[in-house]
Amino acid sequence: MTRSPVRLLARPEVGALVAALAIFAFFLAVAPAFRSTGALFTVLYQASTIGIVAVGVGLLMIGGEFDLSAGVVVTTAGLVNSLFCWWFGVNLWVGALLSLLVCLAIGFLNGWLVMRTGIPSFLITLGTFFVLQGVNLGVTKLVTGSVASANIADIDGFRSLQAVFAGNFGIGGVTVWTTVLFWVLFVAVAAWILHRTRPGNWIYAVGGAPESARAVGVPVVRTKIMLFMSVSFLGWFVGMHTLYRFNTLQAGNGVGNEFIYIIAAVVGGTLLTGGFGNAIGVAFGAFIFGMTNLGIVYAGWDPNWFKAFLGVMLLLAVSVNLYARKWGSR
Amino acid sequence: MRRGFLAVGAATVLLLAACSSGGREATEEDGASGGNAPGSSGYTIAFITHETPGDTFWDKVRAGAEQAAKDEGVTLKYSNDPDAGKQAVLIQQAVDSKVQGIATTLVTPDALAGSVKAAGAAGIPVVGLNAGIDQYKDLGALMYFGSDDTVAGESIGERIAAAGAKHPLCVIHQQGSVSLEARCAGVRAKVPGTENLQVNGADDAAVVSALQAKLAQDKTIDYVVTLGAPIALDTVQAKEQAASTAKVATFDLNAETAKAVKAGTIEFAVDQQPYAQGYLAVSSLYLYLKNGNDIGGGGPTLTGPSYVDASNIDKILPFTEKNTR
Repeated sequence: MTRSPVRLLARPEVGALVAALAIFAFFLAVAPAFRSTGALFTVLYQASTIGIVAVGVGLLMIGGEFDLSAGVVVTTAGLVNSLFCWWFGVNLWVGALLSLLVCLAIGFLNGWLVMRTGIPSFLITLGTFFVLQGVNLGVTKLVTGSVASANIADIDGFRSLQAVFAGNFGIGGVTVWTTVLFWVLFVAVAAWILHRTRPGNWIYAVGGAPESARAVGVPVVRTKIMLFMSVSFLGWFVGMHTLYRFNTLQAGNGVGNEFIYIIAAVVGGTLLTGGFGNAIGVAFGAFIFGMTNLGIVYAGWDPNWFKAFLGVMLLLAVSVNLYARKWGSR
Repeated sequence: MRRGFLAVGAATVLLLAACSSGGREATEEDGASGGNAPGSSGYTIAFITHETPGDTFWDKVRAGAEQAAKDEGVTLKYSNDPDAGKQAVLIQQAVDSKVQGIATTLVTPDALAGSVKAAGAAGIPVVGLNAGIDQYKDLGALMYFGSDDTVAGESIGERIAAAGAKHPLCVIHQQGSVSLEARCAGVRAKVPGTENLQVNGADDAAVVSALQAKLAQDKTIDYVVTLGAPIALDTVQAKEQAASTAKVATFDLNAETAKAVKAGTIEFAVDQQPYAQGYLAVSSLYLYLKNGNDIGGGGPTLTGPSYVDASNIDKILPFTEKNTR
């Protein structure tokens, strides 16, 4: 059976790939500073800090749920590690592990509350979003007396953690941040789970048709809780990166990024209603975000317009996806 | 398999839990710095700002106000809302609860005018702080403590122009903020080649990559002027990445920026002394209530621009660590 080109368009990542290539070509044409490998890797870095969490958010959306706490959980992750170790004067690895546990617990709580109460995840995670925002600020203020965490660069374990989470190396004159490699790794793992494993089928099933999924014996509760925990795990990872790259964290940061993750997922062909999308598409979505964000700067345009541009792109991506799916399934 | 992993993890924690240096230093609380018991002067003062939660700047304004309240035995009621309409409601609430005095920022004078005038009608003295230098008198506020964003911008502009700046970059970290735009406009008034750049101040990684992109795109940028201390630190990172030779100057100060000024990676910081703004606003109300004093000789009292550079950093550095500068 050969696939017709029209049929191919119905795949979620193809629309995003076409859009990414078009935008890439566009910026190559208008922005001379964009035409270098150095610029490409800056874009990839920016995309990776969004894309890592966005992969998790994309999976969760395929599973039919939202996580609005995904942006602030990144800051929470960094703060738990930083504040705990600074206050008690212990090795940073302890705090990193503690932070991982806290993040997984937050993800578990999100999922458990959604499944237990039947309240839409939009509302539950809106709640955790506000709670975490307040706790981030309140606890930081209590611990450090300020609303930014203290510099932890002199605490034991900093160098090794920095090498793991915020390392970079030079190849042929360009700096490659390890987050880019981790991003690729996480996307590959997510794609493998979605398409090659049984939990992958479950994710599509719980998002597309939860009732029939339950009827045929898919563990709906376990699948969804695992999805929420994946998001907070990936949030933890980016939180670690932010902490070890910048040493200090502003407790109010991260707000607003939850929507950027959702935008990346949607631009990458994920359906808001669940049951449709894939990991590669979300990666292209994050790449488009990073490219647009920085492309405007490379082109020397007024970045005041960036959000407007982003909104238009989002609308375009959604409508392209919709029509492509209609044509493809005809 | 999973259990084994957990056991290894737990063992690692135990191994690593030994004490490490570089963390919090045990300090003696200087809580008993001669202050009166709260409320001993009998005055209640409402302190209202447009603080966006989580900003280190406002943290210092508040710390100053709280110290003044403690020193003078005033009961302080702090509240804040970045939304102009909600801030107006907070002022109205203070009027309704019959406080003795109100200190408020006047960043959106038109939206706050009604509530501030209501305070005047109820006989409650109001002082302005931080923003609203041109409007505070019209609204009926008695005194004003703060700096003028345009003047501060021009002052930075003059200084970097004298140092030979031709093409500075002014980094705006919050979209649509009148006071941030005024600072950049001030810089541009003195250095016409100034270019503005908009970044997402809530995401350090995004700030660094945007600045890195900009510095790589335009090698003629010779100065980067940031409008908040954390953004200046991000700029230092972006500069290294982009191998740019631009110098960094910033508005506002925090402990890490002060260290960078000492290390020379940031050339200078312009402080508007937020701690003093909070302290003076409360103290002036206290003096007005207690003694009928009028501070400022009928005009605004300026708390900035105050320059922090290599010449005075040694004196100021310890204060930044105590969160008072």
